This record gives sequence, C-alpha cells and structure tokens, in this order.
Amino acid sequence: MTDKLVIGGHEFHSRFILGSGKYSLNLIESAVRDAGAEIITLAVRRANTKDQENILDFIPEGVTLLPNTSGARTAEEAVRIARLARELGCGDFVKVEIMRDTKYLLPDNNETIRATEILAKEGFVVMPYMYPDLNAARDLVNAGAATIMPLASPIGSNKGLATKEFIQILIDEIDLPIIVDAGIGRPSQACEAMEMGAAAIMANTALATAGDLPLMASAFRQAIEAGRKAYLSGLGRVLTRGASASDPLTGFLHD
Amino acid sequence: MENQFLVDSEYLSPKALARKHQLENDPSSRKSHMEYLPGMEQIESDIREKVISQMQEYEPENYTAKDVKAALEHDTCSIEDFKALLSPAAAPFLEQMAQKARYETSKHFGNTVYMFTPLYIANYCENYCVYCGFNCYNHIKRMKLSMEQIEKEMKIIADSGMEEILILTGESRSQSDVTYIGEACKLARKYFRMVGLEIYPVNTDEYCYLHECGADYVTVFQETYDADKYETLHLLGHKRVWPYRFDAQERALRGGMRGVAFSALLGLSDYRKDALATALHVYYLQRKYPYAEMSLSCPRLRPIVNNDKINPLDVGEKQLCQIICAYRIFLPFAGITVSSRESASFRNGIVKIAATKVSAGVSTGIGDHESKYTGKETGDEEGDEQFEICDDRSFDKMYKDIAEEGLQPVLNDYLYV
Repeated sequence: MTDKLVIGGHEFHSRFILGSGKYSLNLIESAVRDAGAEIITLAVRRANTKDQENILDFIPEGVTLLPNTSGARTAEEAVRIARLARELGCGDFVKVEIMRDTKYLLPDNNETIRATEILAKEGFVVMPYMYPDLNAARDLVNAGAATIMPLASPIGSNKGLATKEFIQILIDEIDLPIIVDAGIGRPSQACEAMEMGAAAIMANTALATAGDLPLMASAFRQAIEAGRKAYLSGLGRVLTRGASASDPLTGFLHD
Repeated sequence: MENQFLVDSEYLSPKALARKHQLENDPSSRKSHMEYLPGMEQIESDIREKVISQMQEYEPENYTAKDVKAALEHDTCSIEDFKALLSPAAAPFLEQMAQKARYETSKHFGNTVYMFTPLYIANYCENYCVYCGFNCYNHIKRMKLSMEQIEKEMKIIADSGMEEILILTGESRSQSDVTYIGEACKLARKYFRMVGLEIYPVNTDEYCYLHECGADYVTVFQETYDADKYETLHLLGHKRVWPYRFDAQERALRGGMRGVAFSALLGLSDYRKDALATALHVYYLQRKYPYAEMSLSCPRLRPIVNNDKINPLDVGEKQLCQIICAYRIFLPFAGITVSSRESASFRNGIVKIAATKVSAGVSTGIGDHESKYTGKETGDEEGDEQFEICDDRSFDKMYKDIAEEGLQPVLNDYLYV
C-alpha cells in the first residue's frame, strides 16, 4: 500500500516537515538524512541574504522548499514576502505566517485568511499557519488553502498538543491535510498527533535543541511513522477515545 | 566610591569654563530636566508612570533566597519574580539562573546569534553629559561625514559581509539634522538589509520620515531611569529633558518603526533599579504595542577620551551576568545585545546563555573604518571616539568565534516590508 501525502497536487512520502526558525546546516542535513524530510521551510527574511553560508545553497536535490512569510504583520506584508520568495526562485509553495504579537508569535487568523485568498489566486500552493479554530479553518479552505496548519502550542515552547481537542475537530471536519505545526517538543507528541489523524508534523526547535541531533531526527521519523501506522490501522480512534467494551452494550438486542 | 567625571579642558575659553563650572556646581543654573523644550512633542501615555512607580517601590534588599528559588521554579516570570532575580539574594543562584536563561534563549532563538556593526557618522554634540566622550565641553576632534564619506564607509563595511548596520550620531540637531540622517539611511538601504538608528530622540513625524528613508529600528538609551540622578549627570542641552527621552521608543513605534531598543547605562545609578526599569519599559510597551520587536542592551560605563578613570563601579561581570540572565527569564522574547564595551571572553560566554546579538568590527570613532578594516593609513581625517571599546574583534573573527562555540551566526533575519 502506498501512503502518500498530497499537498496541492504534489505527492510526498515523508510526513515530517522541517520548520524554520532555528536552523543550521547540520540541522538540514539531519532532517533530510535521518528524519526523511522532503519539505524544508525557509524564512524568506533569512534567505534574502548575501551570507557566505546562504541557506539556499545547502538545500539538497529533490527537497521541496517551503518559504514562509515570517516577519509579516499584515496580509499585505505576507503577500509581498511570498512574491519575493517566488522571485528568489523558491517555487510556488508558501507557508503563510502572520503575527501581530512578538511575545508568543501567535498567528492572526483573519489576516491569514485574507493573504491566503490573494496568494491562492496568484497560483501559490498556500499552507497557512493558524490558531486551531474551525470557522477560520473553513474560511481558509474556501480561500484556496492547500493544507491547514494548526499550532499545537506556542512556537518554540516544546509543550506539545496543548490544543489537542481543537486540532481533532479540524481533522474530523476539514477535508484538507491537517499538518500540526509549532510546539511539538518530543517524538511521543508527534506520534500522538499522527495517531489522531494529522497528515504530517512540522517541527524545528525539538530537533535544533536536541543533544544528539541525528538521533533525535531519526526518533521523530520513527515516531511519525508509528503514529501514522496506528492511525491507518484503525487504532487511532480507540487510543484517543477509549477501548470498546468486551461485552457489547447492545448485546441484549435481538431482531 | 563615585566616578570623577568632571574634567576641565585647557582649550576652553574662560567664559566657557565659567559656564561649565556653574552648571556643575550650582543646580539652580540648570534648566528643569522635567520640562519639555519648544518643539518637543508630548504624547499621552501611561507607560512612564507604570515603570517609575514600580521602580520606586522596589527594595532589592527585601528579597530572600526563598523568593529567588520560587522565581526559578515558576514557568512564567512575574514582575515580583523578576525583582527577586535582580536582588542581592539571587547572587548565589547565578548558575541556576544561567541554566534557566539558556533554556529560554534556546526556546525562542535556538542557537542563533545575530551580528551587526555600528557606524558613527558625526560626533558633534550639544549636550553636557558628564560621562560621555562626545560631551560638548570635552576637547575631542569633531567630525561629520559627508554623504560621499558615509557611502565609502558603508561600502567598506558591506564588503566585509555585514548586512545590518546601526547608524549613530552625537546628539546635535544643528550639526546632524533629521534630513542629514535620513539621507544616510537612504544610502544604507543600498548596502544593508537592516538599518537601525541610534540618534537623539525626535518627534513622531520625524521617526515616520526616517522610517520612509529606510530605517526600521530605533535605539534610545535612557542612561538612568532615576530622574533625579539623571539631572546631576546631564547638565545641559536637549538631552537633559528626561521625559521626552523616555517616550522616544513609543514615538518611534507610532512613527512606524518595526522595533525599538532600550537600555540603562549601568554604573550611573543604582543598577538593580535601572535594570528593573529598563525591563519594565520593554514589558509595558510590549503589552501596548504587541506587534513591535523589542530588544535590550546592557552597556556598562567605559573610559572616554580625556578621562580614562571612568568605570562601571559596582557592576562587575558577575552582576552584569545576573542582570542579563534576569532579563532573559523575564522577557524570553526580547533580543539582548552585548556590545564591544565588554571583553571577548565575557561576550563568548554570554552568547551561550542569553545574548542574541553582538557587534563586530566596531569603531566608535568617525570615518575610520578604512584604516581599521584594512590597516591602511588613509591620511583622511578621523573624528575621536565616544568611548573605548574592549572587544575589537573583526567581523570575520567574530563570525568564526561564534561558529566555534557551536552557535549559528546570522547576518540577516529581516525584510523591510
């Protein structure tokens, strides 16, 4: 059985996406080799550089770049950054991130919906980072999003699935892939999100701050694969909603 | 022990010297430091009241080891926790504070360290601030770069690889007016991704103009948040007006700047109270302007031209480290800059704990980047420096040193949008 992740018509085998924020070249190497990442997020604000170690030069062949709009505070700024990414040769994928808060870096859903609509019309494969709100997620679907990327907990917090119940609602109600982004601090949390039915996991800090980066990267790979298998096996629901009773409650019904 | 700031220059005329002595010795000869001068914008804001009332209530001696332990155990750091971490009772817990600070830093910034360099374009100054090398009574070589000279300096710095620049002037509106600074910003936009300003405080509309010229970050040092102490150190000039300076960051944000930076000059007054006020200045402004980027510097007093005795008094490296760790724990999201006033060993250590930004290839003089960067005697005129730096590492050396510490040097994290 082939189990593929499809985003905007593009197929991927890996369900681990490397987030941006805290990267080093070692991190990229490990994410691809040990975690199996096929998509790597790239902050346009940091790619637009003449740095001697320009990150663009270190993206391996076959890896899809996912430029993000971090730094944008409004839809207009996000749109400008996305267009710049395209000019820089980063392709058509874009992760929309719009924050009006520098303390918690929480996304602004309203502005994100506006930006998604504009960028989707311009042919971008839009992957919006959002606070897990069902109404906003539906608006994003209508605006042309290719996936929905709800946060698990604040960026960099490593606090895991603080918004678990709300992410589950998105998984249940939205037909697009739900990619859990931000706050995943341990492989076990990534596994849990995958068991719930998340389509993929995006992480960065958990790897970047690990003592042994390659080892943590491979731990994430295995956790994500395990969670996915559990979900596909049908156990995902059992694990999250409680096991079924051995004596059926409806055993008294005869007809 | 107090610093002996007052130095008479033999080059001053008898009249100037008499005026200088009058300002120094007769407080009634000085203008009120709380009254705005003509042309200074007054904004409605409650930030100052909030910061100063907290600072005045703060009694560092009242905190105990128990308070410090509680602060270290809490997930989020309250103002009370922060006060405990700044107190003398926290001194024995410095290593635990550093561990916690490092954890917070890695959560928010990973292992990245940003690099920038300052560019002084003029050192004329109309103020008499007794501890500053640029003060109007100090006999130094004054200079203001022309646009051609500024561009030449910028090219040299940009060629070194630097992508962020901080443009500085002495505080003289007449010599370095807003248009002059704006033109320098326009040039800087050609060579750098990020342009910051550290100039005299201006009005909202002027910040707006400078933002349109390409600047996006404004640094203003309050020097000390103790207004009475401030009055005894800033004896003459517009800088003497303490509340106008206090509101500078808020005006800058209203003028459209993306971010603002804050600092007290440690060693001028009670450093614990000044550190508290600096962080609260950030804390309250962040609550009011949550989209703004905020950062802190933590400079200590340094020797200046004609007075090599000036020092940071009771703020040793351990005390500075305690302040920086407390800043990080209280404000995990804020950038922390450690300048070349500090030693290379201190900076190497502190970037592993809490600092997120360091300067490199620094000159605090005017027009001397070519000679400093290339070692070439240019024969060009150079203006004297504001203070003596301690860490004189070049951009390349700093870049390599950061990488060798296992950190990731970052030259640009920024888009002007």
